Amino acid sequence: MHGYVLRRVAALAATLLFVSLLVFVVVRVLPGDPALVILGLEASPESVARVRQALGLDRPMAVQYAQWVGQALRGDLGRSIQYDLPVGALIVSRLAITLPLTLLAAGFMIAAAIPLGVFAATRHRRWGDYLTMTLSQLGVAVPGFWAGLLLILLFSVRLGWVQAGGFDGWGQGLWSGVRSLLLPAAALGLFQFAVLARTTRSAVLEVLREEYVKTARAKGVRERTVLFRHALRNALIPVVTVAGVQLGQLLAGSIILESVFYLPGLGRLTLAAISARDLPVVQGVVLFVASMIVTVNAAVDILYGLLDPRIRYG
Amino acid sequence: MAEGSNPVPSAEARRRRRPFRHVTFAIGFAITLLLVATAAVSLFYTPRDPLEMSIAARLQGPSAAHPLGTDQFGRDLLSRVMQGAVTAILVGVIAVGIGMAVGVVFGVLSGYFGGWLDEGFMRLVDAIQGFPAILSALLLAAVFKPTLGISMIAIGVAFLPVFARLTRASFLEFRDRDFVVAARALGAGDRALIGRHILPNTLPPLIVQATISFPVAILAEAGLSYLGLGTQPPNPSWGLMLKEAQAFLGMNPWYAIFPGGAIALTVLGLNLLGDGLRDLLDPKTAS
Repeated sequence: MHGYVLRRVAALAATLLFVSLLVFVVVRVLPGDPALVILGLEASPESVARVRQALGLDRPMAVQYAQWVGQALRGDLGRSIQYDLPVGALIVSRLAITLPLTLLAAGFMIAAAIPLGVFAATRHRRWGDYLTMTLSQLGVAVPGFWAGLLLILLFSVRLGWVQAGGFDGWGQGLWSGVRSLLLPAAALGLFQFAVLARTTRSAVLEVLREEYVKTARAKGVRERTVLFRHALRNALIPVVTVAGVQLGQLLAGSIILESVFYLPGLGRLTLAAISARDLPVVQGVVLFVASMIVTVNAAVDILYGLLDPRIRYG
Repeated sequence: MAEGSNPVPSAEARRRRRPFRHVTFAIGFAITLLLVATAAVSLFYTPRDPLEMSIAARLQGPSAAHPLGTDQFGRDLLSRVMQGAVTAILVGVIAVGIGMAVGVVFGVLSGYFGGWLDEGFMRLVDAIQGFPAILSALLLAAVFKPTLGISMIAIGVAFLPVFARLTRASFLEFRDRDFVVAARALGAGDRALIGRHILPNTLPPLIVQATISFPVAILAEAGLSYLGLGTQPPNPSWGLMLKEAQAFLGMNPWYAIFPGGAIALTVLGLNLLGDGLRDLLDPKTAS
């Protein structure tokens, strides 16, 4: 058991090293001079040399990489050129929007997908099933940002119930902040909801075919008890795994929805940084988000192994 | 899995599974055909010039002259939506092609040779999984310049892990099978074993995965173009059109509805086609 967890954690460390290497290769090794990216193509050779020295670009690649990773491990992701602030502090301040948005979307996704998936499974090949599956087909086909636009069109342009985006901050109370995140979170969660509903349905269907479910039914256990006590608990293992992996997808997807609803989170920070040629910010955000996704994936993997011992020896 | 648990269906059984009797497949096929036909027609005919502007006809709703209305420059939306189909198909094919080509190479090296090479490649693949298309696109757009090509690469990279894992799994399954061992005993080298004996057997799941990935690529391209990280104006892309439409939601809501509808219909069709294909190619998963 300990061996399994330890091996997975070691693998995660290796994976994170690769993540940092990939970011480094794109920013520093591929053709394209970060100093020129920052200063623009018309910069004078002297100022380019100055920036190159300030960024440490004149040192050997391996030294640059080691230094960069070492600083990142200590939480130092460099300094924003545009804001003249530490990139780490910028990320933390913007996470105050991105993280609640992601978690709210995940909440919507789970609250809607699991009951609906179970419902579809219990109505296998009947109308309820077909209706749910059609709904999920639509959910997978509609791009989240378009769903966001349609929500704005309906609730703010037509009905005038809410403002068409923007964020007043958490200063005016929890509800005021959450209210601005409701529509974006719904649009963000739509796609993953549809995926999770399908996963839940097939997981429950599979468990309902098991012998022990037949046994439970044969000895006269009520259908409700069979479903919730016997079937659902086992079906939830793959569902939890998929939902975990979807967390990372939601985090990445929030970048687009923040743009649709003018929410000043990580995504908007990065897009603005691209226009402002603020390379350290882009590099820092990408490294941070990619590391988060990889870590969540690994955590889900470990959890899966702990919940289902067959995986550990598979 | 025990050998022989997946018997080859008899010729009669295959004939019985006629593809067009499969409703999902048939609907998906019809929508996909419509998409391809629209793209093909738009290459040499659109009702109007998609770039022709008209100040007088700005932001109109649907009419006889402009069945889907016009955009903020008075350009015909039907013509632009039609041309957007070309971009969508192009991105789908190229991005999936990139992910599949590189992913298969990773998978072959991992699954066939095994050992530390396998371990290394799999950790790299885990790492790449941390980069959804949007993240790679942000990074690449910051270092280079946002273009359609960059968005294709970013989307392709996001597909790499699934193709690498699929290929690796197939190779692990096949490399010790009798027919491979026999070929090796007869003196076949690594190249022949990989290319002639094992790789062809890995194709069906790869084809299914490519079909599933295609609509995902189209969704990703739309998202990237919406953010300004993909197709650049004045080229028509559904995502880019939605970005522009957002500023005029109150004046011409149709502008935001039709390009999004085109994306949703396309993705729906391709998803149905993929689901149908999976059922038809792999009877085990057929419900």
